Amino acid sequence: MIPSEFEYHRPGSIAAALAVLEEHGDDARVMAGGHSLIPMMKLRMADVPHLIDLQAITELKGIAVEGGTITIGAMTTQHELITSDELAAAAPIMREAALLIADPQVRYVGTIGGNVANGDPGNDMPGLMQCLDATFTLQGPDGTREVQARDFYEAAYMTDREDDEILTKISFAAPKGGQAYEKQKRKIGDYATAAAAVILEKVDGKVASASIAMTNLSDTPVFSADAGAALVGSDCGADAVSDAVSAMLGDIDPTEDNRGPVEFKKHVAGVILRRAIERAWSRA
Amino acid sequence: MKDLEDRQERIDNLKGMGCSRKRVEDARFTQGKGKYVDDVNLPGMLHGDFVRSPYAHARVKSINIDAAMALDGVVAVLTAKDLEPLALHWMPTLAGDKQMVLADGKVLFQGQEVAFVVAKDRYIAADAVELVEVEYEELPVLVDPFEALQSDIVLREDIKDEKEGAHGPRRHHNHIFLWEEGDKEATEQVLDEAEVVAEEMVYYHRTHPCPLEPCGSVASMDKINGKLTLWGTFQAPHVVRTVASLLSGIEEHNIRVISPDIGGGFGNKVGVYPGYVCSIVATIVTGQPVKWIEDRMENLMATAFARDYWMKGKISATKEGKITGLHCHVTADHGAFDACADPTKFPAGFFHICTGSYDIPVAYVGVDGVYTNKAPGGVAYRCSFRVTEAAYFIERMIEVLAMELNMDAAELRRINFIREDQFPYQSALGWEYDSGDYHSAWDKALAAVKYDELRAEQAQRVEDFKAGKTRKLLGIGLTHFTEIVGAGPVKNCDILGMGMFDSCEIRIHPTGSAIARLGTISQGQGHATTFAQILASEIGLSADSITIEEGDTDTAPYGLGTYGSRSTPVAGAATAMAGRKIRAKAQMIAAYLLEVHDNDLEWDVDRFVVKGAPERFKTMKDIAYAAYNQAIPGVEPGLEAVSYYDPPNMTYPFGAYICVMEIDVDTGEHEIRQFYALDDCGTRINPMVIEGQVHGGLTEALAIAMGQEIAYDDMGNCKTGTLMDFFIPTAVETPHYTTDHTETPSPHHPIGAKGVGESPNVGGVPAFSNAVHDAFRAFGLRQSHMPHDHWRIWKTANDLGLHG
Ligand SMILES: Cc1cc2nc3c(=O)[nH]c(=O)nc-3n(C[C@H](O)[C@H](O)[C@H](O)COP(=O)(O)OP(=O)(O)OC[C@H]3O[C@@H](n4cnc5c(N)ncnc54)[C@H](O)[C@@H]3O)c2cc1C
Repeated sequence: MIPSEFEYHRPGSIAAALAVLEEHGDDARVMAGGHSLIPMMKLRMADVPHLIDLQAITELKGIAVEGGTITIGAMTTQHELITSDELAAAAPIMREAALLIADPQVRYVGTIGGNVANGDPGNDMPGLMQCLDATFTLQGPDGTREVQARDFYEAAYMTDREDDEILTKISFAAPKGGQAYEKQKRKIGDYATAAAAVILEKVDGKVASASIAMTNLSDTPVFSADAGAALVGSDCGADAVSDAVSAMLGDIDPTEDNRGPVEFKKHVAGVILRRAIERAWSRA
Repeated sequence: MKDLEDRQERIDNLKGMGCSRKRVEDARFTQGKGKYVDDVNLPGMLHGDFVRSPYAHARVKSINIDAAMALDGVVAVLTAKDLEPLALHWMPTLAGDKQMVLADGKVLFQGQEVAFVVAKDRYIAADAVELVEVEYEELPVLVDPFEALQSDIVLREDIKDEKEGAHGPRRHHNHIFLWEEGDKEATEQVLDEAEVVAEEMVYYHRTHPCPLEPCGSVASMDKINGKLTLWGTFQAPHVVRTVASLLSGIEEHNIRVISPDIGGGFGNKVGVYPGYVCSIVATIVTGQPVKWIEDRMENLMATAFARDYWMKGKISATKEGKITGLHCHVTADHGAFDACADPTKFPAGFFHICTGSYDIPVAYVGVDGVYTNKAPGGVAYRCSFRVTEAAYFIERMIEVLAMELNMDAAELRRINFIREDQFPYQSALGWEYDSGDYHSAWDKALAAVKYDELRAEQAQRVEDFKAGKTRKLLGIGLTHFTEIVGAGPVKNCDILGMGMFDSCEIRIHPTGSAIARLGTISQGQGHATTFAQILASEIGLSADSITIEEGDTDTAPYGLGTYGSRSTPVAGAATAMAGRKIRAKAQMIAAYLLEVHDNDLEWDVDRFVVKGAPERFKTMKDIAYAAYNQAIPGVEPGLEAVSYYDPPNMTYPFGAYICVMEIDVDTGEHEIRQFYALDDCGTRINPMVIEGQVHGGLTEALAIAMGQEIAYDDMGNCKTGTLMDFFIPTAVETPHYTTDHTETPSPHHPIGAKGVGESPNVGGVPAFSNAVHDAFRAFGLRQSHMPHDHWRIWKTANDLGLHG
């Protein structure tokens, strides 16, 4: 559990960080809270000769809610997501989900940017971002571009982000309707056995829109458009929910690990999604 | 009245036995000021790190150290070839086997030590480990002990042709021993003729003690005066000194072993590990101090595991439920080397306590030890040797028998308990239980949880479940366990030939304070607090004026160390006995000072008083001073005593635990609604320390029963080498515990104390596990193996058809 030697950089601005990235190319990597990256370095599964700490870049921090749009700086910690009343009012699902991530110690340091940029299928924020249809802003040597969370994840630890780009912020429209984040885990500090993010809009007793995403049930987060579609127009009754669960099960592809075999994970995914739908509907 | 109040005040001032004195250790631990092995830093100290095998079974074709040696700051890379001339490439284990220190031709488990890198700092050592090139040829792997006993694959080539092992004949090249106790024929006959027989395979899975602090050592050879000092995470420092002397040839007086503060042991720190040996060799070779500290993954993958017992049981009874016989055969997976920490004569420890709390007329136990491609160990994880396995076995068999009889499991226990008037009780497997009152404890426990109401609620729940009104089941986990601790008469218990006595040496200082040194070593149990209390009550000086010291072999008297709940039963007894020697001498001094005959004095809390003349007395403080400044005819100056205590028998703590658990059949999640723990550990020295020990032990039991395991895949890869997958409960997972007690002193122990540190692990595991089983009893579940994590509980429900 001893990393190999690395050079430590602590730039004060995005531009300075990009310059270091450009100078060292593949040998450099940015670090946010380090709670995913440092364990990998200690296990020598990540070799990072140049570590660029983003902690000193204040322009990457902060939560803003303006005109129905929520913008969160990449370096905002999970703890800050939980303690922001403004965010909790605009998108209560953010607090609900963040409270289910890791434990308080990790959340004091771990960031939303690190969580979504990491590409670990176990991370909770990517699925939630897909559910919210969030937009990621990436800044590189050639300027700034935007990517939809639903298009960002390619495979485990593989994302649309180029090595020389920094994720600067995340934004999404304040969700309408009832929201719920449901997660089963073995203990505090554990990644999900299965987790579901659900947002349901209710108009005249019927589901007007539905957004559903699942976590740790594939090598990427799974946004299940079909599951959502199965609910739209229904009164969210038993049949519709069962259809949504079936649709979701068609989209996930879990693998066996110490949490259990595939059969179990699929069953739990169904239970968790049902519970999330029920709770979101009760809040819609 | 005034006299009585005054006397009570004097008793209170002593802070002796029975009071909840606050732990004196905690001031430093809670402020991060403990001093652990890794806090030892010496000038010029080098750092060691291991190259470990990625394979569970492979031939080591070659080891190339050139690139590692070329790295700046690397001082040495040791391999088996370097240790061979010193005859240290293998070392003896505590179980009469031998174990490779560094891979000698092949590796037998993943994580096995292959080479030891020594460098100027910890980082260089880690870099150098990557540069050592080892060429392996993979061999077929055996992870299943039943398969190992049939297989042509030879694991231990070094002893492949040896038909005789340390514990008798070996019947297969992967067989270690067959150890038997009891009357096999008579038991089989009883089973054959019995009205009712219940049969079940009970598996107690492999797990690991996982102390907060992993293992490590700092060895420092002073070449000028020829002295070797060894700091290490040792639960038995004196035995380590003896072993180090025998292995290295350094005379024992030239070796000083120091166990500083230890961050938990739970059995993991009893054995001798290659890291200790390599740090010693490295300091001898380099002439500089060498530190070796393992990391968490190394600790979990390569140091001593616990349990891994496949226990096939048969229990017979009359139709009314009176047990008539018990038969048990164990297939014990010992891993690559037999490195169990058991007294020499007991290769399966005290497993034959498996008749538990019950009066079982005839019984038989046979244990087959087997080699597999897993890490060696088999230590007593917070239990006396294999007692947790035994308690789990019998408490599961009782539940299975209750199902077979269609009887309430609490009632089945009650009609089979050893009665109070049967003590001292001779068990069918050879133990003499010292004392107990099981019926009283059981009735108290059942009343406390309102057992009958719980059963009624459970029956209603089953109805509701069947009617589709709920998806949660209710389990009531019962356990009545009997421990056997305090090894332990020297005549039948030894470790590497050293009799299992223990010791205490006391010095009273002139101004009436004292230091006592013991042969044991606290790893968090609070010895500095409780042993001072024993002594305070014995010699009448306040516990606050008594320093307790352990762990330095240059100053402490020889002892066998701390494990198996033996410190209080053995060293605690030595402490009381040494205290009594002090008091005997103090009485002579007091008699001289008061100008009366010895027999005219009586002891009163903290003083000797002239009988019939209470105003004439000498306090222990007065006497201490006199011992150093008076020339007393016929009495040597000074006030010191030593006691080496060889216990006449072991002690038999017991307890009644009840766990009430809710189970979600759809997700496999559980919630512990209530946990009631009644412990009887004989005389209670410090109720608060007891409660702390019970809370800690129950939490470990919770971990073991509900999720903690060391698991391997078919290739012998350890799947649970980090705390992400190896379950350690946090405050969130830990339920509230209600503790209670009865008090049945041990008749043969000087203060009647029996030991408690391990009871909650021994009794807790079956209580949690029985709760899970009990929840599914109405649906016919007889046995499902631990750990009861989400997916296994889910699978149980699924297999019973509860998912529709
Ligand atoms: C014990 C434990 C339990 C955990 N449990 C959970 C859990 O239940 N759910 C969960 O979601 N997470 C969990 N985590 C992960 C935790 O939330 C991490 O903090 C988070 O995933 C990564 O955030 P970070 O700020 O620490 O990122 P880092 O570790 O610093 O970085 C992670 C990766 O993202 C890259 N990166 C970081 N910031 C940027 C950026 N701005 N632009 C481009 N690339 C960037 C880094 O280069 C690195 O590759 C757990 C972690 C621990 C240690």
